[in-house]
Amino acid sequence: MEPTTPTAKPAFSPAAQAEIKRLLTHYPDERKKSTLLPVLHIAQAEFGGWVSPEVQDLVAETLGLAPIEVYEVSTFYTMFNLKPVGKHVLEICRTGPCMLRGSDELTAHLERITGAKVGQTSPDGHFTLKEVECLAACGFAPVVQVREKYYESLDTEENVQAMLSELKGLVHRPILPWEGNLPNSLQNN
Amino acid sequence: MGRKLLTEHVNVEGIETFAVYRKHGGYRAVEKALKMTPEEVVEEVKKSGLRGRGGAGFPTGLKWSFLAKPEGVPRYLVCNADESEPGTFKDRYLMAKLPHLLIEGMIAGSYALGARTSYIYIRGELLYVLRILEKAIAEAYAAGFLGENIQGSGYSLDLHVHPGGGAYICGEETALLESLEGKRGNPRNKPPFPAVQGLYARPTVVNNVESIATVVPILNMGGDEYAKIGVGKSTGTKLFSACGHLNKPGIYELELGVPVEEFIYSDEYCGGIWKGRELKAVVAGGSSVPILPKELILKTAAGEPRLMTYESLSDGGFVTGTMLGSGGFIAMDETTCIVKNTWNFSRFYHHESCGQCSPCREGTGWLEKVLHRLEHGHGSMHDIDLIVSVAKQIEGNTICPLGEAAAWPVAAAVRHFRDEFEWHVTHPKEATQPGAVYRGNLVLA
Repeated sequence: MEPTTPTAKPAFSPAAQAEIKRLLTHYPDERKKSTLLPVLHIAQAEFGGWVSPEVQDLVAETLGLAPIEVYEVSTFYTMFNLKPVGKHVLEICRTGPCMLRGSDELTAHLERITGAKVGQTSPDGHFTLKEVECLAACGFAPVVQVREKYYESLDTEENVQAMLSELKGLVHRPILPWEGNLPNSLQNN
Repeated sequence: MGRKLLTEHVNVEGIETFAVYRKHGGYRAVEKALKMTPEEVVEEVKKSGLRGRGGAGFPTGLKWSFLAKPEGVPRYLVCNADESEPGTFKDRYLMAKLPHLLIEGMIAGSYALGARTSYIYIRGELLYVLRILEKAIAEAYAAGFLGENIQGSGYSLDLHVHPGGGAYICGEETALLESLEGKRGNPRNKPPFPAVQGLYARPTVVNNVESIATVVPILNMGGDEYAKIGVGKSTGTKLFSACGHLNKPGIYELELGVPVEEFIYSDEYCGGIWKGRELKAVVAGGSSVPILPKELILKTAAGEPRLMTYESLSDGGFVTGTMLGSGGFIAMDETTCIVKNTWNFSRFYHHESCGQCSPCREGTGWLEKVLHRLEHGHGSMHDIDLIVSVAKQIEGNTICPLGEAAAWPVAAAVRHFRDEFEWHVTHPKEATQPGAVYRGNLVLA
């Protein structure tokens, strides 16, 4: 597996720098720190889907903060990945309403077909499975978020397939074959 | 069919654009507000009887009237779009489909409160909705509804959207403000309340997305007219997010006062329980509110039909009633294991506790652990009393309401489904079979 590793001294792209400059205008001059969460999102998107200590130091330097101010925030919020991740992070909602409609079965199924357990990256480095709490899509459960996209109603084989083929298109490689059928609770719909 | 004040035009092609929204009467409320004094706008909202739609149900107009207005100090309106109460997904829908409705409400609200800069704090997972809002905001600037001297009124406003980073606790208003300041989402001790010291220690009002959006129909029709809709102190319409084992889960705008039974079973709304099954229980207002068994959600203890209103849902207090909360309506069919579901919710609250207050940090951990043990057939009868006792010790002993939110579901589950918990202790083998569920004496494998 080849996780995307940032260079020792990372730097923001010109596009990211322009976006940070725009964000800074949204807050009072002496309140630059307010941009920390949006800038961490930008950093995570820029540097391979996670924020290494070096990347967090870059964020601190960019906003004139002490590194600890960035670390204490990045470790509080669940969206920031502190370890390398695969090309696609599948964030599976596990909370009550999704569980009622088969998220446990969906997780087990995705574990089987990606070869990764929750919290791990698949051996080929393409998929990281992450369980998350309520994504505010309970009426369309079960739900998986991949980057900015919500994949909903994954209680039918058709919808799971559609998600996987879309991701397959993004990684330009054949997806792992289905191993067996969907569990019962996913078929009944 | 009840009236739809928020979602009337939701299916109009292109309603997310300024031009189409405007064509359907959009921004009339702002035009009207700008001709009134800010105090008059607050008065209309007071008259409407609007209660906060985020969960607490505090009267919005009253909240606005508490805002401190010291000379020369900026004040803020912050929209709480950190929707993450399990079972609740109405704000995401509203923002994605009708971004201009929220923006219009933000302008009218900011004018009423005298804010010159306002923020929409949206949960980080909804970055795609943030982009929809930013596009709509840019359109509103271009049309002269945001920025300097709005519509020649002399009033100026900047509006920005700010993403969170994945933390349920940031839906608590002071945690949200901490987060907006670029810090960990630790709720603040109150007082001082945000109305006096909020964002950047300046007077701030924090309102839910739906509350702010509702200001638009209130101004359009007038507060008195709005107050005529609904039942008693539950005025107007409200969005309900229906989920769980329903035939037609989704978002429904109801005039407050629809009977719960009609909401669940009528084809106009949720269309009954899926797969022809029986209803077992409902969590009516997001995961924090007490769960009720079928008999008590359809009828009050006195045998009156229960209505979708603040008062009717809380009829009977926590002994036989629940709360309207955020309107996150979770239905569970007869095959649902209440112990497993309670454990799932406790895991959620343990995961989301910010860790500041010991009763919550430690208590939610114990609830999760003991419930896990009960669910997996290793529990004892003492454990059932233990979780009730832990829940009691969290409640009222924390800085913010997450403590109560974690405690209430556990206490209510044991109150109404104690026999199911006991069955997990007396029949550990049966209880841990896949798909097994307790129904009186029956075991379904």
